[in-house]
Amino acid sequence: MSRYTPPVQSKAGQVFDIVVVVVAIFVALWLPLKLGLAGAAKSIDALETKTWEALGQNPTMASIWEKLGYTPETAHDIIQNRFHYIIDWPTLIIMAAVLIGYFVFLFRASDREYRDVINEKFEDK
Amino acid sequence: MTIALEPAVHGDRVSLLRVLGPAHVWALGVGIVLVGEFTGWNFSADKGGALAALIVCWIVGLLYTSVAMIDSEVTSTVAAAGGQYAQAKHIVGPLMAFNVALFLVFAYTMLEVSDAILLGDTIVAKAGVDGLTHNSFIAATIVVLAWLNYRGVLMTLNVNFIITAIAYISIVILFFSVSPWTQGAVLKLNELVTPGNALPYGWIGVIAAFQFGIWYYLGIEGTTQAAEEVRSPARSLPYGTMAGMITLLIAAAMTWYVCASLMPWEYLGITYYPLWDAGKLTGSPLLENLLFIATLLAAIASANGCINDAARAWFSLGRDRYLPSWFSAVHPRYRTPYRSILFLLPIALAFAFIADLNQAITFSILSGVLQYTFMSINIMMFRKKWPLGSIRRGYTHPFHPLPAIVLFCLCVVTFFAIFLGFGSQLIAMVAFYFLISLWFHFYRYKFVRRGDQFTMPWPKPQGY
Repeated sequence: MSRYTPPVQSKAGQVFDIVVVVVAIFVALWLPLKLGLAGAAKSIDALETKTWEALGQNPTMASIWEKLGYTPETAHDIIQNRFHYIIDWPTLIIMAAVLIGYFVFLFRASDREYRDVINEKFEDK
Repeated sequence: MTIALEPAVHGDRVSLLRVLGPAHVWALGVGIVLVGEFTGWNFSADKGGALAALIVCWIVGLLYTSVAMIDSEVTSTVAAAGGQYAQAKHIVGPLMAFNVALFLVFAYTMLEVSDAILLGDTIVAKAGVDGLTHNSFIAATIVVLAWLNYRGVLMTLNVNFIITAIAYISIVILFFSVSPWTQGAVLKLNELVTPGNALPYGWIGVIAAFQFGIWYYLGIEGTTQAAEEVRSPARSLPYGTMAGMITLLIAAAMTWYVCASLMPWEYLGITYYPLWDAGKLTGSPLLENLLFIATLLAAIASANGCINDAARAWFSLGRDRYLPSWFSAVHPRYRTPYRSILFLLPIALAFAFIADLNQAITFSILSGVLQYTFMSINIMMFRKKWPLGSIRRGYTHPFHPLPAIVLFCLCVVTFFAIFLGFGSQLIAMVAFYFLISLWFHFYRYKFVRRGDQFTMPWPKPQGY
């Protein structure tokens, strides 16, 4: 097997690649924040009566909330801010397909590249 | 401590210095992770309740024990900067290596961001001054630590060793100060975690809690990043990593017990500083101030280690031309990957200002879990391509393939946990990795020398 000689990348090309990577990083991390896709999917189950009892807090819990500076009114939005675990099957299937597809692509494409590496490395052995 | 002053070379280039021992490896691993006890793990109580946080502390501890066992074997054999990146390059292939390096960079950079936010918010909360924001504290933390890393790895990890030890001792002091053997005096576990609220969402909440349960230990695998800078990789890396894991398991159990016994789960699940709050709730000003300082030290130690690790992963990408080789420069005097350190600095600063704590933590966790999934498959391929006896291993982990199977299964559960509440973020991140992989495979890889990527003195892998 002939030894692969990579093309020499110009300085402009290197700078362009750095810019591509930086943009990709910012899009991947910043876009979900901007679009509101990041963060917990929680909502407040509001109660009309805001007392420690109604909020499910026993006297020990209530005393600690008060020690931390909370009243039933100010603690209400913390205590009643809950996750609602409903499995959205289409989204779950999409997520699983994206993950599996990603890993299958990774391993298959890597293996093709790896064979070239091994063939060149061990060509005389 | 012996410092190797003679020039170290990698080919015809200046390379990293071999100056670190097992204590530095321990400090790097525990230093990165210990902040997880001071913030982050408690969000698992938000997702599943206080008991769920304890259950995942143990089960995720099993996941990380598997990670430490697997990592110790592979890294003590593939001792090169970049840790899992170098493993992937030699065992799976270039595209996987490129992705693993990005997992590492994202996991550590976002962890560094989380640390800086924690530090800034903690100082602002302590100061209690109207109008004071965390921005200047965040910027100062990231810039000063980047400078420290620029100046040299030995100084960086010596600092980490000291501040990590102080932060760890503070947890032990808190634990023994609250009479853990007695309930009712200070600790009130029975009244705070009751049959009615222990698992408020049932078992689905326990699964959901896996997401932030990862934060108890995330980053312990970072010990492998120092592989090219330890004096004896085969001895130091397994010792340092395993000692680190034992240290963290003990700290996590003590932290949960004290915090769950001092505050209601709804508050525990949303506070940014559970251990500092625990110190306050004991009523002791000494403990309150000790835990305040320890929270800051843990955040500094973690951010310090993260800059170290992220820069080495990025440096490795440049050295192999997976990214422009400009990044592979080693500082002629300090022998650090200074361009990589400087390049990642503004990225960390930018996200520290636009993300909040649990978003930054989730970014970090996502990249971490993708990496652990890779590791579970990687060890199977490693044993298949180079069976025991075919090459010299610094350490051989027992019970193979059980740790790999456990790790893989727990990663699947954790992906499902992230889906429960943070699914859109997961899909967005994986879509990014998919697209950047296409860019690498079909464009960037043409600049990479083929055979030169394989640098270990091993025989040809079986099956090739």
